[in-house]
Amino acid sequence: MSLEVRDLAVQFGGVAALGGVSFAVAPGRITSLIGPNGAGKTTAFNVITGFLAADRGEVRYEGVPLTGLRPSRVARRGVVRTFQKTNVFPQVSVFENAMIGLHLRGRAGLWSVILRGRRVREEEAELAARAGEILGFVGLAHRRHETASALPYGEQRLLELAIALAARPRLLLLDEPASGMNPPEKTALMGLIQRVREQGVTIFLVEHDMRLVMGISDEVIVLDHGQVIAQGPPAEIQRHPEVIQAYLGGG
Amino acid sequence: MSRIGGAALAAVLLAAPVWIWSPYHLHILIMAGIFAVLALSLNLLLGYTGQLSLGHAAFFGIGAYTSALLTLRLGWPVWPAFAAAAALAGLAGYGIGRVSLKLRGAYFVLVTISFAGVTQLVSVNWMDLTNGPLGLPGVPAPSLAVPGLFRLSFVGKTAYYYLVLAVAAGAYFLCHRLVRSRIGRAFIALRENEALAESVGVEGTRYLVLAVVVSAALAGAAGSLYAHYTRFVSPEVFLFSYTVTMAIMVVAGGKGTLAGPVVGAVLFTALPEVLREATSWQWQMVLYGVLLILIVFFLPKGIVPTVAAWLRERRAPS
Repeated sequence: MSLEVRDLAVQFGGVAALGGVSFAVAPGRITSLIGPNGAGKTTAFNVITGFLAADRGEVRYEGVPLTGLRPSRVARRGVVRTFQKTNVFPQVSVFENAMIGLHLRGRAGLWSVILRGRRVREEEAELAARAGEILGFVGLAHRRHETASALPYGEQRLLELAIALAARPRLLLLDEPASGMNPPEKTALMGLIQRVREQGVTIFLVEHDMRLVMGISDEVIVLDHGQVIAQGPPAEIQRHPEVIQAYLGGG
Repeated sequence: MSRIGGAALAAVLLAAPVWIWSPYHLHILIMAGIFAVLALSLNLLLGYTGQLSLGHAAFFGIGAYTSALLTLRLGWPVWPAFAAAAALAGLAGYGIGRVSLKLRGAYFVLVTISFAGVTQLVSVNWMDLTNGPLGLPGVPAPSLAVPGLFRLSFVGKTAYYYLVLAVAAGAYFLCHRLVRSRIGRAFIALRENEALAESVGVEGTRYLVLAVVVSAALAGAAGSLYAHYTRFVSPEVFLFSYTVTMAIMVVAGGKGTLAGPVVGAVLFTALPEVLREATSWQWQMVLYGVLLILIVFFLPKGIVPTVAAWLRERRAPS
């Protein structure tokens, strides 16, 4: 298993956002985490990536615990996330956004950047080339000189993806990547996510758009009221009685 | 800036003592140079990491006292004392950064203000070390000497002008290299969006502490320059008004740009002097305030970014 979550519990005051959740994400596949609003999906993402401390339970990535690590340390292990709300570096150019994403691929320290010797210049050129490739990959090459905040919404979401990809994830967590996108943009995004997976990146995503989820997922995990109520391939999940009830209500 | 523009500016700066014959005007230029180093230093924090230090005078003062004490009490030559001033201020910055940057924002501001207050109290009350409010007179001027060949003393204003120009240029290039590097990008990332920066592996606290250390060391270097220029150090180097002046220079000039703080430093060192000549003392501060409000009101991003945007638009009308 790539990512293993065991008995994860998070309490917000009297509310159990996660009440002892366990699931696993298989390497090289696209796994989706779905569930009604307030089911605990983003909470799970926040705990996995170190933005929130769990009250109980454990997160392991490739067998090594991530619990208690700061987000930057989690990123260093190859686990990178995007955010539910649009999150870019607004006042700098698209290119600079990608360059910031490449932070972990550079090594230059204080003295070497002040002296700016040959090695630092080569590293910068190398990073700039990488940034260009990544922007090309998500389809933002033509926007590289624009200020990030000036991009239309859909392109800002692509830029977020570019920033995350620049950090060279082996496990990429996408928190509602399609929210706010129009149908053609969503279709393009599906293709993009599949191409990322083809490069060997494991994908774990939270998404409300069922066409997208059912269209690209290998595995779907359903969360409701802080509990996993179902897990399986999309076709199975769509027929699952508890899932139908959680989404349609009733009872 | 274009290559030609840069060369022209360098030529003007190098030739300044030739056409500025008045020691008074040269004095203003020297102070502008010292303030340029201070503004560049504060800008590294405020402009690039987005953290505001309102105790920057503390690092300036630590630099001034370190340099003065080492040369006066221990007989150190000026140059190693200059280096020690920057190093000790940087060390103080490290301590402040480590204790306060876990909190950021308003807490960092409060800790820096308190730190400046404490350093000033120490300078006033630790009579044995600092001579208290009487200050330390007779701080030596730096000199360059090759035994038997030549000896150049920086006692005169012209010589000191070149020394300050060299240090200010050094500070500028240091900041330039830093902000256009992986480290500078980490600073900017933390200013723009800390959660996102962390999520791609930028260690927030580590880079913020690094920014404070470099910034404090630059302020310490400026303090040393000041001490060996005025040849006298007293607790006034810790005054809050120094910090305020630095902040005005950075914000009015254009924070987050390299030229902004330098332009701000020259402008706001010269302005009070111009006003002093132009009006009576009652109107000086009033006019200073009115001008400042006008700049902030009409050029909220600062002088340099506004002018740069205007030039870009003129060059490429779309």
